Amino acid sequence: MSRLGLGLLVALVLALAAASGSTAAAAPKRIVSLSATATETLFAIGAGKQVVAVDAQSDYPKQAPRTRLSYTNPNVEAIAAYKPDLVIVEYDPNGIVASLRRVGIHVLAQKAARTFADVYGQIRQLGAATGHAAQAGALVTRMKTRIAALVAKAGPRANGLSVYHELEPDLYSATSTTFIGQIYKLFGLRNIADAADTGGTGYPKLSPEYIVSQSPDVIVLGDVRCCGQTAKTVAARPGWGQISAVKTGTIVRVDDSIASRWGPRIVDFVRAVAAGLAHLRGT
Amino acid sequence: MSARLWLVGAVALLAASLVTGALVGPAHIGLGPALQSVAAKLPFLHVHSPLSGPDESILWDIRMPRVVLGALVGAMLAVAGASYQGVFRNPLADPYLLGVAAGAGLGATIAVVYLPSGLDYQSVLPPAAFAGGAVAVAAAYAIGRTAAGGSAGATLVLAGVTVASFFTAIQTFVQQQHSDTLQEVYSWILGRLPSSGWRDVLILLPYVAVASIGILLHRRLLDVLSVGDEEAASLGVHVGRVRLVVVVCATIGTAAAVAVSGLIGFVGIIVPHAIRLVAGPSYRLLLPLSILVGASFLVLTDVIARTALSPAELPIGVVTAFFGAPFFAIVLRTSRRMAST
Repeated sequence: MSRLGLGLLVALVLALAAASGSTAAAAPKRIVSLSATATETLFAIGAGKQVVAVDAQSDYPKQAPRTRLSYTNPNVEAIAAYKPDLVIVEYDPNGIVASLRRVGIHVLAQKAARTFADVYGQIRQLGAATGHAAQAGALVTRMKTRIAALVAKAGPRANGLSVYHELEPDLYSATSTTFIGQIYKLFGLRNIADAADTGGTGYPKLSPEYIVSQSPDVIVLGDVRCCGQTAKTVAARPGWGQISAVKTGTIVRVDDSIASRWGPRIVDFVRAVAAGLAHLRGT
Repeated sequence: MSARLWLVGAVALLAASLVTGALVGPAHIGLGPALQSVAAKLPFLHVHSPLSGPDESILWDIRMPRVVLGALVGAMLAVAGASYQGVFRNPLADPYLLGVAAGAGLGATIAVVYLPSGLDYQSVLPPAAFAGGAVAVAAAYAIGRTAAGGSAGATLVLAGVTVASFFTAIQTFVQQQHSDTLQEVYSWILGRLPSSGWRDVLILLPYVAVASIGILLHRRLLDVLSVGDEEAASLGVHVGRVRLVVVVCATIGTAAAVAVSGLIGFVGIIVPHAIRLVAGPSYRLLLPLSILVGASFLVLTDVIARTALSPAELPIGVVTAFFGAPFFAIVLRTSRRMAST
């Protein structure tokens, strides 16, 4: 190799290093995430190495740091001790956002999503805020493609089938106005909780008589991990043996952490529902 | 009005409540079909139930057990409240006075938080709550007995308040550390009649039966006790022993009721007092009436809890307080008017 060639190569490497160094300086290096959803997204868009601490609920992915900050009752000093240059919250209890901003820490608030547009918007926002805009864009495209494929494969035959989503064994459910409900809308499923939401909270507590009389075609359990619910415990509930979904065995289990978050793993949620519908068609 | 008339009226009220509870709910089952379904259960009648599979199941597996459970819990809380008020001669005494609620709450919280996940918590909660309630009351009794002098009843109440605060503090601390389980414990604290079928009825029935009989056997002694400890002792009543037996009965029954239904407030206070205001203070009549009216009261409030927002449900603890307080205010007013005329 000629001296000139070597010289040019060195110059090129130096220039690249300088360029990457300048973007790294703009992006936050010490992120604290008080949102389990945001933690998942950060790792999915390649910003995981910038995350120094998370709240106790952030248990996914495995590489996420294990720190026990509280997201329901956060303490400004405990957060500031990590010297963060970006804090992400999904919830603003006891004025934590204002307190953090008062001590000069940049805060990004991402409230619970209600629509798919919210989900994708939050992922893109996290990408832009952490210097991973391109990866965030790619993640959104990938999620959209996979979800569309799963819904297309399920076909229009799910239209009009009824679904009961269980948040807790006390029969709290989620209506179509919630993000969980959006997933069932994709498949054209009829959500039996809609008729019960007199308070407009989106999360009514259903009466067991009502569920049995509605006899939903699909039951989705979002209380698998917290409360040990399975197809067997559901079938053993008094009167539930009469329900269509119990008879056909169309009881879908979705890990609580997937069913209660709105991050990249909503694809897994959609896949579980699609698998349940495929099972139902096979019966 | 004579005692017998009151009892007949209360039995009629309970019967009406049970029928209402069985017939009213989010799923519509008519009176005729429901009666035919009941007849179908009886031997030798050869009646066929006209109900469809799901309706039959709703009536017998979901609604009936819940109505019966409501009656048992209501009866237990009301009679326990009445006996506590008698034993401690304190009109504000309720079944949760000696810390049974706080102890049961702590037991339930610990079960939800520390037991390995994957267990069906509906079946783990009741024994844990029962154990916690029993420990709390035992602690209150032990502390109350060690105190020297003063009125034994008042000391015991103070010990109960102390234990309750202590257990509540621990419970709040544990919950703070595990905020993800907050909702489960919270819905138990609000009180609910679970739809666990006949299982909970069978669990609760022996406790309520034994506790109620134990209390009823002491109804005359409670009347004697109401004149004061010393006077009762001079009449040959073993005050300490009566108090212990009645408190143990009331507590065991309450702990069992709390374990299956959570904290349903107000029943133990307003039902006995409403009866006192209209039928007089004698425990010979008050205790059996408390059982009958307490059962009716909770069955009817559960009808409201099930139907007010149908097909959604209200926590029954909210309903008992919301309808119980105005109802009690009316009883207070009318009794004063009756007394002044």
